[in-house]
Amino acid sequence: MFFFERFGATIALIKMDVKHFKDYLSWLYYQYLLITCSYVLEPWEQSIFNTVLVTAIAMVIYSSYVFIPIHVRLAVEFFSGIFGGQHESTVAPMS
Amino acid sequence: MPRYSTGEAPGGHSYLQKAAMNGSCKIENGGLKNGYVKNGVCPEDRILNGGLYKRPFHEAFEETPMLVAVLTYMGYGILTLFGYLRDFLRAWKIEKCHNATEREDQRDFVPLYQDFENFYTRNLYMRIRDNWNRPVCSVPGERVDIMERFTDDYNWTFKFTGRVIKGVINMGSYNYLGFAQNSGFCAEASAVVLQQYGGGVCSTRQEMGNLDKHEELEHLVAEFLGVDAAMTYGMGFATNSMNIPALAGKGCLILSDELNHASLVLGARLSGATIRIFKHNNMQSLEKLLRDAIVHGQPRTHRPWRKILILVEGIYSMEGSIVRLPEVIALKKKYKAYLYLDEAHSIGALGPNGRGVVDYFGLDPRDVDIMMGTFTKSFGGAGGYIGGSKVLIDYLRKHSHSTAYATSMSPPVAEQIITSMKCIMGADGTSLGRERVEQLAENTRYFRRRLTEMGFIIYGNSDSPVVPLMLYMPAKIGAFGREMLKRHIGVVVVGFPATPIIESRARFCVSAAHTKEMLDEALSKISEVGDLLQLKYSRHHFVPLLDRPFDETTYEETED
Ligand SMILES: Cc1ncc(COP(=O)(O)O)c(C=O)c1O
Repeated sequence: MFFFERFGATIALIKMDVKHFKDYLSWLYYQYLLITCSYVLEPWEQSIFNTVLVTAIAMVIYSSYVFIPIHVRLAVEFFSGIFGGQHESTVAPMS
Repeated sequence: MPRYSTGEAPGGHSYLQKAAMNGSCKIENGGLKNGYVKNGVCPEDRILNGGLYKRPFHEAFEETPMLVAVLTYMGYGILTLFGYLRDFLRAWKIEKCHNATEREDQRDFVPLYQDFENFYTRNLYMRIRDNWNRPVCSVPGERVDIMERFTDDYNWTFKFTGRVIKGVINMGSYNYLGFAQNSGFCAEASAVVLQQYGGGVCSTRQEMGNLDKHEELEHLVAEFLGVDAAMTYGMGFATNSMNIPALAGKGCLILSDELNHASLVLGARLSGATIRIFKHNNMQSLEKLLRDAIVHGQPRTHRPWRKILILVEGIYSMEGSIVRLPEVIALKKKYKAYLYLDEAHSIGALGPNGRGVVDYFGLDPRDVDIMMGTFTKSFGGAGGYIGGSKVLIDYLRKHSHSTAYATSMSPPVAEQIITSMKCIMGADGTSLGRERVEQLAENTRYFRRRLTEMGFIIYGNSDSPVVPLMLYMPAKIGAFGREMLKRHIGVVVVGFPATPIIESRARFCVSAAHTKEMLDEALSKISEVGDLLQLKYSRHHFVPLLDRPFDETTYEETED
């Protein structure tokens, strides 16, 4: 019995959290509408705007996902070539 | 002067630094003050102005936060892009153009409708047009009824639903003293006069339209203003735009405040005089123009100017600022120029006796050469007046287009003005008028204080019943108006071209007819919408305690 009560309370809590979270999201979306002026755009314009924005962001994220690791590796190699070379050679004879 | 370019707003500095960096922008009365002076304990007031001001003069124009300015420009950028897209679609006939367009057979003519200049109206204003010209169907008192309407083509046309939104709290009408009534002694007196004289006059003042009511009104106005004579007109706008040309002409110089009302601007342009603009309420700027005018005279010929006329307003209706009249008068006397003071918003609303800015500063009305004002605001009537010396008024009676060619004021309106003015003067034997003037001052201070406490950016003088609340972003103009009406508060929102492009605002007009409950209700709704739209931009709350200067007379948090 107790278990179910607890369970119910947890569900209610989660529900409340979900509700708050939803409210928060819709508030966030409203702010987004206001700041980007999508608020005054007609629906089809809004969808164009959102599509363009989402595409741009997706492209940025994708390209950073693809290219940043490569660049980082290259950079690491480059710098280790400059600073790390000597270090390695001094380590080698000791072992 | 009070406009800050955004570049001037150094984020994250203490106020003292900000003020120093903004130089003259923030300096009020010559002291390092920002209008946030504790209870007006300010010995500088007197010392620094050579005793010009008899009361503390607090005006605040908080600078636009940098981030807000950037976002606002970004918003306009996005809207402009979409405007181009829509214009492109219209040009290719993909979308129907609802705007006025050139006729097909006149295609190669010079465009009649200036297509590009209408860009703003067509593509930006149209999107939020539902916030303006809402039809009101009751007396515009402290509460109004508004006809509900809807649009199914994105604000190009409106249809009525047949319902009425009742009891909307009116925070928009210039009903400062609450004389916009359909009952009470003013309305009764007007009704009696309507029965006696009828509604129209059908002639001009110079011909058959000079009624005894007009004469009575003019004597009363002269007495009210404390001047020798006065002349009244049927329309306030025409009072300005038709009388300035009678007073100035070719070879004259008009010095006009940059934020003057359209009627003053039009009058100045019609007069044919040279017009020079000084920065809003900036006495250094005015003095420089005056000195240059005296030193250099007219361009090319270097003859002295025939006369120099300074045009200022009492309360500026978009900024809520009050003219620095004592300084203007001092300058005018020093350089022997004439002063034209438009008291449209200040007459009735300012001063312990409700007699406008002159009363507010405790000055002599005879120091102002031409006292102009309107009856449309505090008196709940219509029309305008000019007061001044007998010579001036006699001259205007002969030379003004408004007297010669415009039909004179409707008698019931004249009666409304007479009764309300007598009430303000106390000539009706009651203290009702005085109470209203005091109530207005109290409401104004309360409303302004509460809004500032809530963290909104409020412009203007702490005594001005015009209260601009800054919105900045274009989408928020529309959202604010709609959300407020949803909550049964009627407000006026203002954007470009009435204000600079980024400084969109909502403008409240406090009235003596607002009760404390109404103001509290309006304030709580404003706060609610302010939270929803994130309008509480003011950063004056976040002054870290240690950063605050110890000197009492400099910055303090806003408190009364
Ligand atoms: C400063 C000023 N002058 C003149 C007028 C015009 O007065 P009216 O509305 O009576 O024509 C106004 C009106 O808003 C005003 O604000």
